[in-house]
Amino acid sequence: MVIAQVPEIRFNQSQLLTEPDLPGERPSAQPAQQEASAIRSFLLARGNSAWADRGFHWLMVLCALSIFGIVVLIATELVARSRIAWGAFGLDFFYKAFIDTYTGKPMYWDPVNGHFSALPFLYGTLVSSFLALLLAVPLAIGVAVFLTEMCPGFLRAPLAFITELLAAIPSVIYGLWAVFVLVPLLREYINPALIKSFGWTGFFSNDNPTGLGFLTAGVILAIMILPIISSLTREVMTAVPSSQREAVLALGATRWEMIRMGVLRNARIGIVGAVILGLGRALGETMAVAMVIGNSPEIQRSLLANGSTMSAVIANEFAEASSDLHLSALMELGLALFIVTIIVNAIARMLVWMVTRGTPSSVH
Amino acid sequence: MRDEHQLRAKLRTLADGAATGLAVLATVLVVAPLVAIFVYLVYKGSVSLNWAFFTHNPVPVGEVGGGMANAIVGSAILLGVGSLIGIPIGIAGGIFLAEFGRGTKLANAIRFTADVLNGVPSIVMGIAVYSLVVVPQGHFSAFSGGVALGIMMIPTVCRTTEEMLLMVPHAVREAALALGVPNWRSVLSITVRTASAGIITGCMLAFARVAGETAPLIFTAFGNVGWSEKLSEPIAALPLQIYVYALSPYDEWHRLAWAGALVLIVLIVLAVSLVRYVTSRGVLKGAS
Repeated sequence: MVIAQVPEIRFNQSQLLTEPDLPGERPSAQPAQQEASAIRSFLLARGNSAWADRGFHWLMVLCALSIFGIVVLIATELVARSRIAWGAFGLDFFYKAFIDTYTGKPMYWDPVNGHFSALPFLYGTLVSSFLALLLAVPLAIGVAVFLTEMCPGFLRAPLAFITELLAAIPSVIYGLWAVFVLVPLLREYINPALIKSFGWTGFFSNDNPTGLGFLTAGVILAIMILPIISSLTREVMTAVPSSQREAVLALGATRWEMIRMGVLRNARIGIVGAVILGLGRALGETMAVAMVIGNSPEIQRSLLANGSTMSAVIANEFAEASSDLHLSALMELGLALFIVTIIVNAIARMLVWMVTRGTPSSVH
Repeated sequence: MRDEHQLRAKLRTLADGAATGLAVLATVLVVAPLVAIFVYLVYKGSVSLNWAFFTHNPVPVGEVGGGMANAIVGSAILLGVGSLIGIPIGIAGGIFLAEFGRGTKLANAIRFTADVLNGVPSIVMGIAVYSLVVVPQGHFSAFSGGVALGIMMIPTVCRTTEEMLLMVPHAVREAALALGVPNWRSVLSITVRTASAGIITGCMLAFARVAGETAPLIFTAFGNVGWSEKLSEPIAALPLQIYVYALSPYDEWHRLAWAGALVLIVLIVLAVSLVRYVTSRGVLKGAS
C-alpha cells in the first residue's frame, strides 16, 4: 500500500513545480490511464467481437493516416509537375532575373518568351506579409492584454466573439470590401498624406494613382491575421498561472508592471509562436491580396507601387497558363509556398505547444 | 530622497495608465474595421438583394436583373461533396486520436500533421487537387472542387472531434465495456454519441470555413455562367462569382457581388454563432 502511494506523491509535486515556460515533464494522467487500459484490455480479451473491434480500429487508423497521405500526395504532385521548370531554371528560379537584350532592364516574368523568375513574387509576398505583421502584432497583443487582464467581465464574451467573427469572414469578402472601401480611402486620403510627409524616404513614391499596391495588401492582410494572433496570444496568456500575477502584485507592482513582468515575460515564447502562425497565414493568403495588390511582376522600392505575390500570381495565371513551362513555373511557386508555410507552421505550433501544454486545457 | 520616490511612483502610475489606454485603443482599432465591414456589407447587400437573386441565373453584360441561383445551387453541391469526403474521414481520424492512439507517437505525429495541414494555403490545395483530379479527368469539374473542399475540412474536423471526445469521462466508456458491449459499438454509440453536440459543432465550423473558400475552386470547379448540377461539369460557386463580379467594371455586377457577399456572410455568421452558443452552453453537460 505504501509502495503504491509513493509515485503518486512524487507526481503531484512535479506537477506543482512545472513552470509554463520550462519544458518540464508532461504532467499527463499516466497512472489513471494505465489503470483504465488494464480494465479495458481485460474486457476486450473476454469479448467475442475481437474481429469487429480490430477491423474498426484499423479503419480509424487508416482514416487518421490519410492525413499523412494528403501531405505526401500534395508534395509528390507538386514536385512532379514542377519538374519542367526546375529542369529549365534550377535554383536560378529563385534569385535570378533575366536581362532584356533590347531595353537592358531586368525581366522577371515573361510568359511569351518563356522567361520565369520567382523573385518579384518572393519579394511581394515578404513585403506584404511583414507590413501586415508590423501593423497587426502590436494591435493583437494590445487586444489580448485588454481581454485577459483589464476587460470588465460583461465585455469579454462579446469582444472575443467579435474577434472570432473577424476570423470567419471569407477572404473574398475582405477583398470585396477592400476594393470598394479601403482602396478609395487610401487613394484619396492616406496615400497623399504619406507621400507628402514621407515621400523623401523613397518608400512612398507618387507614381501609382490607383490606390492598389503593397501597402493596401498589407493593411487588408493585417486585418485578416489579427484575430488568429490575438486569440492565440490570449490562450497563452491565460495559460500563465495566476500565482505569477499574484506574486508580482504582492511585491507592489502596478497592473502594467504585473502584465509586463508576470504575464508577457512568461508567455513570450507562445506569443512569438502566435505571431509566426499569423505570418504563415499572411504568406499564403490569396484572394484578398490578389484583388488589391495590382498584380504586376515588378520589384519596386515604393510601398505604394503595384506588385504581386506568389499566391496571387497562381490565382491569376494558372487557369490560362500559356505553356507547359508556364504551368510548371506556377507549380514550382506553389511548391515553394507549400514548403515555406509547412516550416513556418511547424515552428509556430511547437512554440505554442511549449507554453500551453502544461495547462489543464490540453490535459484531459 | 522622498521626492525622488514620489516621482518614481507617479511615473509608474502614469505608465500603468498609458498601457491601459493603449490596450483600449488597440481594441477599438480592431473592432472598428469589423464593424465597418459588417455595416457596409449589410447596407450594400440589403440594398442589392432581391428575390430574383435567388431565382434567376446571371444575365449577359448590359442587361439589368439576373441573380445567382446557379451559384447558390453550385455552392450547395460543392459543399455537399466536400462534407461527404471531409466529415467521415475527419471524425474517424479524431476517433483514432482520442480513443486508440492516446499518448502514442503515431497519434502525436498525426495531430501535429493535421495542425500543419490546417495552415497550408488553400491555393496550394487548389493546384494539388488540379493535378490530382482535374488533369487525369481532362476537364474542370464540380467533383474536383468538392474534393478540394473536403480535404480542407479534414484537419479541422479531426482536431475538434478529438478535443470533444477527450472531454468524455472515462467512466462512461468503462460502464459500456463492463456491460459487455464490443469496443467499436461502445465508441460509436456511447463515446461519440455523448460528444455528438460538440462534434457537430466542429463540423459546422469546418463547413463555415470552407464555404467562403475561393482560391481552391478557381482551377477545380472553375465557375459556370449557366445552370449546372452535374458533378462532371464545371460548376458555379458563390465565392467564385463574387470574385469575378467584384473585379468587373459593371455596376450591375458589383450590386450582385454585394448581394452574394451578404448571403455568404449570413450563412457563416449563423454557423459561427450557433457554434459559439453550443460551446458556451457546455456541450457535455449531460454526460458527467
